[in-house]
This record gives sequence, C-alpha cells and structure tokens, in this order.
Amino acid sequence: MSLLLEPSAEAIKEKQLYKEMGLTDEEFALAESIVGRPLNFTETGLFSVMWSEHCSYKNSKVLLKKFPIDGEKVLQGPGEGAGIIDIEDEQAVVFKIESHNHPSAIEPYQGAATGVGGILRDVFSMGARPIALLNSLRFGELQSPKVKYLFEEVVAGIAGYGNCIGVPTVGGEVQFDPCYEANPLVNAMCVGLIDHKDIQKGQAKGIGNTVMYVGASTGRDGIHGATFASEELSDSSDEKRPAVQVGDPFMEKLLLEACLEVVKCDALIGIQDMGAAGLTSSSAEMASKAGSGIEMNLDLVPQRESGMTPYEMMLSESQERMLLVVEKGREDEIKAIFEHWNLHAVEVGVVTDDSRLRLLHNGEVVADVPVDALAEDAPVYHKPSQVPAYFEAFQAEAPFVPDISDAKETLMHLLAQPTIASKEWVYQQYDHMVQTNTVVSPGSDAAVVRIRGTKKALAMTTDCNSRYLYLDPEVGGKIAIAEAARNLVCSGATPLGVTDCLNYGNPERPEIFWQLEKSTDGLSEACRVLNTPVIGGNVSLYNERSGGAVYPTPVIGMVGLIEDVSYITTQTVKEAGDILYVIGETKPEFSGSEIQKVSQGTLSGKAPAIDLNVEKNRQQQLLAAIQAGVVASAHDVAEGGMAVAIAEKLFGTSFGAQVVWTNQVADLFAESQSRFVVTVKETNKHQFEQIVSDAKPIGTVTAEETLQFTTDGEIILSAEVKELESAWKGAIPCLLKSKD
Amino acid sequence: MKFAVIVFPGSNCDADMYHAIKDGLGEEVEYVFHTETSLDGYDAVLLPGGFSHGDYLRSGAIARFAPIMPAVIEAANAGKPVLGVCNGFQILLESGLLPGAMKRNIDLKFICRNVELLVENNETVFTSSYNQGETILIPVAHGEGNYECDDETYEQMLANKQIVFRYNEHVNGSKAQIAGIVNERGNVLGMMPHPERAVDSLLGNQQGLALFTSILSNWRESYVTTS
Repeated sequence: MSLLLEPSAEAIKEKQLYKEMGLTDEEFALAESIVGRPLNFTETGLFSVMWSEHCSYKNSKVLLKKFPIDGEKVLQGPGEGAGIIDIEDEQAVVFKIESHNHPSAIEPYQGAATGVGGILRDVFSMGARPIALLNSLRFGELQSPKVKYLFEEVVAGIAGYGNCIGVPTVGGEVQFDPCYEANPLVNAMCVGLIDHKDIQKGQAKGIGNTVMYVGASTGRDGIHGATFASEELSDSSDEKRPAVQVGDPFMEKLLLEACLEVVKCDALIGIQDMGAAGLTSSSAEMASKAGSGIEMNLDLVPQRESGMTPYEMMLSESQERMLLVVEKGREDEIKAIFEHWNLHAVEVGVVTDDSRLRLLHNGEVVADVPVDALAEDAPVYHKPSQVPAYFEAFQAEAPFVPDISDAKETLMHLLAQPTIASKEWVYQQYDHMVQTNTVVSPGSDAAVVRIRGTKKALAMTTDCNSRYLYLDPEVGGKIAIAEAARNLVCSGATPLGVTDCLNYGNPERPEIFWQLEKSTDGLSEACRVLNTPVIGGNVSLYNERSGGAVYPTPVIGMVGLIEDVSYITTQTVKEAGDILYVIGETKPEFSGSEIQKVSQGTLSGKAPAIDLNVEKNRQQQLLAAIQAGVVASAHDVAEGGMAVAIAEKLFGTSFGAQVVWTNQVADLFAESQSRFVVTVKETNKHQFEQIVSDAKPIGTVTAEETLQFTTDGEIILSAEVKELESAWKGAIPCLLKSKD
Repeated sequence: MKFAVIVFPGSNCDADMYHAIKDGLGEEVEYVFHTETSLDGYDAVLLPGGFSHGDYLRSGAIARFAPIMPAVIEAANAGKPVLGVCNGFQILLESGLLPGAMKRNIDLKFICRNVELLVENNETVFTSSYNQGETILIPVAHGEGNYECDDETYEQMLANKQIVFRYNEHVNGSKAQIAGIVNERGNVLGMMPHPERAVDSLLGNQQGLALFTSILSNWRESYVTTS
C-alpha cells in the first residue's frame, strides 16, 4: 500500500531524487546501465547504500591497497567481519576496529553504544568469543557544556553496552583538541579468541540452501545510516537522529551465546552481521563472495512495525541482527539452538545460481539486481590531491622552543591537561574485569588479557597522536604505528598485527585527500618495517562540520602475543634502588607537542623525526631484555615528554625518583620519538646493558616520594609525587564539575 | 562439594564464578540453566553477576520469576549455602530471600574498581576464614548497588548480625555503607562486591578466595557432624 507513495522510476530520474540518497549523476547512470533498465525506488536505495563510502571504500580503496596485508600468521585479512591471526596451539586472535563518529555526534549515548554492539558482532560472527573491548575517543576542549555532554554520554554509552554484555573494556585513549569540537570521534575495537576449526565466513554457498534471519526484528531505525556516515555533518544533521540506531545489549548477549553455539553446528554454511546497510549489505556481500545469488521474501522478515516498505526494510540498520545461510533441510537444528536462547531464526530466502539479489514483497518482485553490482562494482575514485598551504608553511617555520621559567609548574600544568591526565574517571565506568582474565587493567601502556588454560596472554592497545599527523601525515603515520607497537613491547608482547580506523575530513577536498595519501604511505611503511600486517579496519571520511576538518586521525588498534605470562611487564616502578634507564635520544623537538599546545595555543612546525629501523632495533632489544627477565618496569615516552613519562611511572606507587638530566631544561618536555624509560634491578644491570646497547642510566628509584631532576648537581625540578599525582588524577573530574 | 552456578539470560559473571570454584577452590561445579526446576544433588547455590533479562526493569525483577527460583528458595530453606553476587544479590532481594532493595548508585554512574571491605561478621558460613574486623580488597562492578532498607529492618539486621560486609568508604550511597548481608538463618549471602574476581594470583588479588574456602570448610564440618 505504502509502495504507492514511493516515487516512480521516472520521477527518481527526472527529479534526481537519487541525489538525496547520496548518489551522483554519474553513479546513478552507471547503476542504471549495469541493471539495464530504469531503477525503482528500492533498487536506487540498494545502490546508494552499497556505493556509499562507508560500504564501498570508493574514495579510499586506491590507498588501502598500499597496506601490507600478508604475513605467515595471518589466517584472515581484510574483507570479512574481522581479521584473524594465528597464535598457535590451534588458537587464533580475531580483531577489528570501527568508527561510529556521526551517530555519536548527534546522539552520543546510542551512537557509542551501538558502535560497541556492531564491533562485537563483527567478531563473534567470525565464530570467536569476544574477550576484550577497547576504544579511541576524541572530543573538543573539555570546556563547553556541549563537549562535556558528548564526552559523558559517549563514555556512558560504551559502558552501558559493554558492561551489560559482559565483555571487559580493557583499554583505550582519549584526546582533546578543538578540531573535534563539533565532530567527535568514537572508534570501538573488539578482540576475540577462536579455535581454528570454528572460523566462519560470511558466504552464501550451495544453491538451494536456506537464508535465515535471526535476532532483533527490523524497525525504522538507522535507515540510511551508512549514507549519513558518508557525508559532512551540518547544522541540519541533528534532524537525522532517526538515522541513529538504538542498542539492546541484552538481545546481543543472547545472540552472542546462540551464535557461538551455532558455529559448532555443521549445518551452518555462512554467517554475517547485519551492520551498516543492514539486510542489503549482508545478503549482497554473502552472495557476491560465494559467486551465488539470493532471493528473499521480505514478507517473512520479522518487523517491529506494520506497513514497512521494502526500501525501509532493506536500508534499516536496526541492531542485533544476523543473516545465516544454512544447509537445506537442516533448518530445525539451527532453530533449536536459537530457541534455547529464546531467539527465533526464521527462513527468509534461498541461495540461487543467478548471482542476483531478488526481493519479493506482497507477491511481487520489488528489486532484482546483480549482487556483484552492489558489492563489487562501485566506482573507484582517485581524487585529486594537493599539498595544503599550511604544510609548506610549517616545513619552513623556525622550530618552536618553549621558554621554561618553572619546570615544576610546567610539569603540573601538563599533567593536568585532559589528554595527558588520568583517565580513571572514564575507565572506572567500564567493567574492565569481567571474564576474570584482565591481568593489566586500563591505565598502563597496553592492556593484557590472559588466555585461560595456557601460558599465553594477549596485549592490546589503541593509539594515534593525530597532532603529528596534522603537521606531517606521512611522518605522523609512521609514528602512530611505532607508538602502538611500543606500547605492546613495553608490556612484554610481540606485536602481531594492526586494525586501523582512518578518520579524516572530506576526501573531495584535495588537501584532505593529500593527508589520506601521505598518511597511508607512512602507515604502510611502518607496518612493513615493524612486521605488523593490517588485517582489517574501517574508513570514516567526511568528519567535518562547518568547513573545519578533524586532524587526520588513523587510529591504530594493535594486538601482540605474550608467549609466557611471566613476561608481563607494567609501567610503574617496583622497588627503591632500581636503576632508571632511558632508551633513545632526547632532542629539542617540540612541534606538535603538548607543551607547544599549552604555550602557543596552536600547533605548527615539523613533526618529530622517526627512523623506523632504529625504532625496530630498540623494540627488539627491549623485548629481549623483558623476556630475559631483567626489566622491572617499562614505559614509552609520549605526550608531555620525559618528565611526564617518569612521573607516570611513579603514580600509584610509594616511590620517588632521582634523575640526572644532561639536556636543556625545556627538553624535559620534548616529544622525541623511539624513547622508553625502564627500571632495572641493580643485580640485573650488566645483563640488561648487554642486551639493550642504547640504554643510558639516568637515575634511581627512591623510597622518598619526590621526583627530582638535577643538572650539574643543581636541582632543576623537584616535586612531591603526591602533589603531581593529585593534579593528574583530579583534572578531568574537576573540569567536568566546573560550570564555566 | 558440588556447587551450582545458575545461568539466567544475561548473566555474565557465570563463567567467572564457575572458574573460581573449579580452579580457585578446586571443587566440583556445574552450570544450571534458569529453565531447570531442580537443584537436587548440589550442596551450594551461586547466583552470579550480570544483567539478567537486560535489567531494563528493576535489576533482578524478572529473574526472580525464573523456573529455577522455587528450587533456589527450597535450597535456602533447607539451609544450604546460597550466595548471590551483584546481580545475584539483586535477585535475592527481589525474591524476598533477603530484606531491602537496590537503587542506582548515588552518582548515577557505573563503577568498577577495587574497594576496601570491612568484615563485620566472621561468624557466618561465608566468612569464617576471615578475621573479625579484617579489611579486605574486593572489586565492585555495578550501576545499581545503592542498598536501601527501612530503619526497623536495619536495626533488626544489626541485632541479628546480618550485616556481613561494609564498605570502608562511600562507594555508591548504600545505607550505612552496607556491601553484603545474610538472612536471619545466616545461610543466604547477598553482596555487591565480586569475590569470584579475587581468587587468582595472576590477576593480583586473592582476597576473595577465603569466602569460598569458608563455604567449603563449613560444609565439611556439617557433613562430618551430620554423617
């Protein structure tokens, strides 16, 4: 009935209604020529979501090709729900990161919550049990009521979903910079564990097999979410709130347990999450990957409300749904498993041999298009690229050097910057302990989760310093990978691989495309040198509002293997008398640093330099020393530089440190790359120095709870650790409470 | 000794409880699905944490109607140890096995961290391995742990020594900083903190293990006396 209200094929063409769905004139003409006849409203909708950047990567594909995706341990690279890496003993780790930026910008609680829900489904649809969640968040300055609201609600949304489903949120990062004011970034990562034999694929194989639908019923929420995610935010974006989905973590918990039972049943042929573009992407992709077609009767799709049109059903992004392909005749076995969890699997279609997606509704064919046209044939663009004027100016700029009058005051001030300050306020709201495998909780360089029943553990982190990427996307890209790997090495892990979430502005602007181009060069090279293949990820473009783009922010999710839990190392110092070593040189590099931000209010200049071979060498040496058991604590030096890094090593302990500083005072806050600060027991001194040739002793851990730096016998910085810690711990709660 | 871990739809600390008994305590343990109706053959019943039925209504309000609940009540009436942790505690309150009710945390936020607990009564089957007045560190992870009861109930519980654990600090707004209570008979314990998360040295805290060893040693004693 409501079909009558939909525009006709002629009207779509004449009035260019496809443009409202995000298709260009050329794209619409191409789709029409592939199908060979005018497209009706439903079909136009199918093409528009499947050819959106979010689903097709049409603007980023040419760049993603550069990533190294192979490795001897890679069992599944990009292209499925999540990538998989072998960890031996017939086990593998499954992980993926995804963005939920646009939904979170307009409905932060549900936007963030459903981001968590979606990434969980990507992992358990592979047959893996989710063992950990991480996230990476970016907001404007924590000053305005709007930013505080977004921050509080995003954190609550992540907590609400993850805590309920019972997967620990073990790590993450939060950065605050003005470029994220109106366009926050919310990236969620999930890590799962799987036995090799349980690995699933999202494929619709076997002509005549049954297509089944399971999980929540389909409603009108999230219609066109993928298209919405592929355009710039504007003041009218708030009207798109209906494009944001609503999460039901309890439903997902049932779905999770049922799916993990179903994957053990050999009647299951394929399974895929109905994520972005819902029924459309799951059906078209499963058929396309298997070289088959799918015919679905939409009357059989469980619906939350009456009168839904095929267009609405196919484009709905209602959450907690899965599409299954099941061996014909064995549907009841699958149904019984879902019934146990009070879920209903229903037959909605059949696998065909004609490579078409055919949809029936009220006895009529309402769409009939080739599956490959939807899943594979989206146009690929190589957008024009242009060096931004700001970059050339930054390269020519004289290096910034801060003027430090009181080093202690500067350190206190840096520790209280929200990007550096303790994130306890955030992670206390996340259940980071459920499943009782979390060995290293949030707050250290990387989280560590043990694998029960083995000696192994997994270390995991999310990282990206987008400030360096803004100054120089190529160098910044290298640093992002290197820093993520540093975090893992400090915890005692060998980095295994990467999942990346590329958050950028509008790629149709040549300066933004240039950022994408250069940063993927840097990321690719670092992945190659550090031997961390990219096994999957997500691209989020059009992160702009009112003309301002976010910094190029390729968030790196990295997972590493700790072969023996005895290698697990944390960042905090362990005993008075231990020797404090620094690995790596400190240079007067301040551009893109926290100290530049607080001194100048803006960032400019050249990004800190990085030599990937030096980086690799140091990481290997430090890891060897950790595995030899001679390292008491290890921490990488990041935002805020050496003074902040050493202070962080003391927080939560009852120790202090005496440090001899041979550089300039300002260099305490330099952000030179490839640096670590570690402590070593006196008795392990020789062995440690033999393994880590670059290490230089710079001080000792003291029983007195004071942090003191001296140069030529003169004190240049002296502070009570408790005073520093209280500035660091109190900053975020204090900013949230203030009503300015 | 054989333990039952009840699995409600939405339970998510069931596996943690299972491993605490199997690996931490070294005793026999089985999952019992909420649709079962009997707990015959089990010596103790454990109601784990989580979000039963999503907790979209009052926490535990739907789970109390589960088919297994009459058997849980029967076990409690028979004097078997029944432990409810977190959502399990909420279910015990909703089912009337323990007095009082739970409100949202006072600052309306979920809270997950280690907290200090004071052992107020070590003369229960759950706490006899602790010292009276001992301070122990046990994690909490809840959004609705703000315990409430009327003054009369509180006075009664005080007189009967039913208050077993108190927080050493303000955690969630609980009346009189109550963290865990037993029924009058002393064989049903509800507590918000998670002892099952504190049994493994690799995770850095084993201070919850004594709760389970208490249950075991008391069961052994009663077994010896009754047989």
